[in-house]
Amino acid sequence: MALTIGVPRETLPGEKRVATVPEVVEKLVKLGFAVAVESGAGDAANCSDETYRSAGARIIEGAAELFAASDIVLKVGVPTTVEVGLLREGSTLLGFIWPAQNPELMQQLAARKVTVLAIDSLPRTLSRAQKMDALTSQAGVAGYRAVIEAANAFGRFFNGQITAAGKVPPAKVFIAGAGVAGLAAIGTAAGLGAIVRANDTRAEVADQVVSLGGEFVKVDYEEEGSGGGGYAKVMSEGFQQAQRDMYAKQAKEVDIIITTALIPGKPAPRLITAEMVKSMKPGSVIVDMAAERGGNCELTEPGQVVVKHGVTIVGYTDLASRLAKQSSTLYATNLFRLTEELCKTKDGIIDVNMDDEAIRGLTVIKNGEVTWPPPAPKPSAAPAAKPAAAAPAQKKSGGHGKSSEPASATSTAVTFGIAALIFWFIGANAPGAFLAHFTVFVLACFVGYMVVWNVTPALHTPLMSVTNAISSIIAIGALVQIAPPGEVRLDEWIRWLAVVGIVLTSINMFGGFAVTQRMLAMFRK
Amino acid sequence: MSESLATISYIGATILFILSLGGLSNPETSRRGNLYGMIGMTLAVLATVFGPHVTMSGIGWIVVAMVIGGAVGLYAARTVQMTQMPELVALMHSLVGLAACLVGFANYIDPAASAHLSGAEKAIHEIEIYVGILIGAVTFSGSVIAFGKLSGKIGGKPLTLPGRHWMNLTGLLVVIWFGGVFINTHTVAEGMTPLIVMTVIALLFGIHMVMAIGGADMPVVVSMLNSYSGWAAAATGFMLNNDLLIVTGALVGSSGAILSYIMCKAMNRSFVSVIAGGFGSDGGMPAPKVDGAEPVGEVVPISSADTAELLAESKSVIIVPGYGMAVAQAQHTVFEITKHLRAKGVNVRFGIHPVAGRMPGHMNVLLAEAKVPYDIVFEMDELNDDFPQTDVAMIIGANDIVNPGAQDDPNSPIAGMPVLEVWKAKTSIVMKRSMASGYAGVDNPLFYKENNRMLFGDAKKMLDEVLAVLKAA
Repeated sequence: MALTIGVPRETLPGEKRVATVPEVVEKLVKLGFAVAVESGAGDAANCSDETYRSAGARIIEGAAELFAASDIVLKVGVPTTVEVGLLREGSTLLGFIWPAQNPELMQQLAARKVTVLAIDSLPRTLSRAQKMDALTSQAGVAGYRAVIEAANAFGRFFNGQITAAGKVPPAKVFIAGAGVAGLAAIGTAAGLGAIVRANDTRAEVADQVVSLGGEFVKVDYEEEGSGGGGYAKVMSEGFQQAQRDMYAKQAKEVDIIITTALIPGKPAPRLITAEMVKSMKPGSVIVDMAAERGGNCELTEPGQVVVKHGVTIVGYTDLASRLAKQSSTLYATNLFRLTEELCKTKDGIIDVNMDDEAIRGLTVIKNGEVTWPPPAPKPSAAPAAKPAAAAPAQKKSGGHGKSSEPASATSTAVTFGIAALIFWFIGANAPGAFLAHFTVFVLACFVGYMVVWNVTPALHTPLMSVTNAISSIIAIGALVQIAPPGEVRLDEWIRWLAVVGIVLTSINMFGGFAVTQRMLAMFRK
Repeated sequence: MSESLATISYIGATILFILSLGGLSNPETSRRGNLYGMIGMTLAVLATVFGPHVTMSGIGWIVVAMVIGGAVGLYAARTVQMTQMPELVALMHSLVGLAACLVGFANYIDPAASAHLSGAEKAIHEIEIYVGILIGAVTFSGSVIAFGKLSGKIGGKPLTLPGRHWMNLTGLLVVIWFGGVFINTHTVAEGMTPLIVMTVIALLFGIHMVMAIGGADMPVVVSMLNSYSGWAAAATGFMLNNDLLIVTGALVGSSGAILSYIMCKAMNRSFVSVIAGGFGSDGGMPAPKVDGAEPVGEVVPISSADTAELLAESKSVIIVPGYGMAVAQAQHTVFEITKHLRAKGVNVRFGIHPVAGRMPGHMNVLLAEAKVPYDIVFEMDELNDDFPQTDVAMIIGANDIVNPGAQDDPNSPIAGMPVLEVWKAKTSIVMKRSMASGYAGVDNPLFYKENNRMLFGDAKKMLDEVLAVLKAA
């Protein structure tokens, strides 16, 4: 028996989004589900009941009836107490929950004996999880909208123009924080023709900023700011001072500031002080995307647009919702991808597989039992995060290998032990003449080791052909046997063996160097 | 030339060889590096020929032998196709191995070589001969088989005889036992039997070892044989009491060993597991995949015209070449497309996986042959973070090195192998002849990804079509 997916109308004030759109309803039906939509659910996002119906959904009047008919409920906003009360026992809820911030809600949900998948608890570092990452998709929309809000409040063009009526300078936009929202804002503002600057405590995003048409402004202080999971961390006092100086300087120069700085589980960092606002040009605009968590600007009033010291400060907390059609479509696709993961059999039945790392992370309540927070991710997830941090260090060393990890103490000890044993054996048994050669041999191995690590990987083939040519030095062995001084040769065999040896090694010698030369001549800038 | 003068010349040659390898750290200095190598070799040969160990009566022989060998070598170097480099290198390794064998035998027959030795010194000398011939023989037969596999004369599938590890072990024990017999013999005639038996076993071992290794592991084999040819030279150096041979052999040996290590690391496999037998064999394979691991989704084909359009509309393109490009000889067309796109302001770059192709650095040489400037050719680590900002990732004849299963699927036989993250690009286009899996025999979930398109057909033909459309536009 196929399950029914229910989509209620969002009840939070100002919420215009809807958890699924008609295009996605069709895909859900293909997966084998029945879909029910509350009448009017998509009105604010330009999705009429009629379009849902033609996509294959059933329209149900009233929230109570909808919840009663639904096995799986898709929602956008955090469920209200009323909505929690309507949830059927044993049903499944997909949507934003924020379990860390809403402990009471978690209690209420658990009491209803439901299964809850919080899209905000997705393990974001899993590359497989990206298609379900609603935080990213919504942040991207919000970043775009932030620029549109800024343009709306700003009294000038964004792009510089030279018109018959005179020259218009381009607007200067500064974006604090180059996460998903910040990058979307950079791209949008640059697309409108503004001069865009951006800053982030994570130095590795500088390239992304530049790739979107922005200019990366560095803080004049050395510290690595990656805090894991793609977020930034709290920085040291010295760094913060340098950062404040940089912000103060930018505030004087730019026309628009968009702030996106968030640190998980903490209030938003105060980046823009009242002083800095005062120093801005009249008519400037600040869009504070962190308003919901207290704001990056001291003067922000969450949810409001205020004018202070001649500067418009936009503190909307519902930026994504203000672009309801777009954000709903993206969110609906994220939820669809999640549903797909839950329903691999495509028969309209879901399986909350707790062995799947992504689904384990998402599931905050399973059949009434709180399963949040999830256990620490398996070590297999670690390599995904590691290369990002290690990359800059490796680049500096000019290649691979040089930064080889130190071996564990035991394996080092074992290696040294074996080496010592072999050396002792040789020392105890071998005559002096041999030891002299052995010394040369061991040292040469080390020289070779050091030299070869420096070879760039692009030249590995020439390296092989040149070492091959060099190894034809074995010709010397054949040369000295062809006609040694002194005694009369008894055995013609030796000479013939030596002649053949010389022929073979000369093929190698001449051929090897010639082909290396030919290859190296091809490498060009 | 006196003994001391010859020794000094050898030291000079040693230094030149080290400088030669050092020069390869960067394409700018590499040509000079090769020149150092040539000067060093000339110096070493001249010092030997005019040194105290060669009399004038031998000069004629030497000149004739070197002219013949040199002519063959130069001819081969002129005519070889860049796609055939792995074969040529393998063949040349076999020559070094064979030469080491011959020198070893000649030295053993020569009564003068060991006349003044006695006791422990004689035993050590004989061990040196024995080991030198052993390594030489393994290098020789192993390289010949590697040549056969690389040139397609022998199938690429690993040959796995039942109980092959026991066969190898038995061979080793027999070799050690005959080594004991060999040292205790007193005349050349007596010692010949164990020496020949050992040589035959070593030859068989070399054949068997390389036969058991699959096509995708060839980069490791080629670099390993490179290493062996160095050790063979070093062993010969011990036998002849010649420091130049020892040093040079050690340089080459460690170079090959490092390359093998880098290749193994790039495949996330241990050296032992590569040597013990390749993918697609019975032993060492994980249990059959669980149902959940089957890739889901649809394979979406794309036409060459649409590919051209996608490329023309993108801002940033990364091309990932693999062995398929070498087979189709498509590198020149690839560069034509690259030139065309770069002229239009598209940022085209190349991403090279360490084990792409059949020997270390194979792709770099092919691209260099097609005149692709080396500053747009990047290593995997330099480029992997850029895929999310890339519009199109074009994969030409590569498979396992772009398999997302290596990261996502712990059950995959190639799990943990570093791969190029092409699926993070906005669109990836895979050029392939069919849906067949790569050398590792692993299905590639990339083909089923939503943002992936398949361009089926011969890489050269398809790229020619793409280029024609691009030029017409």
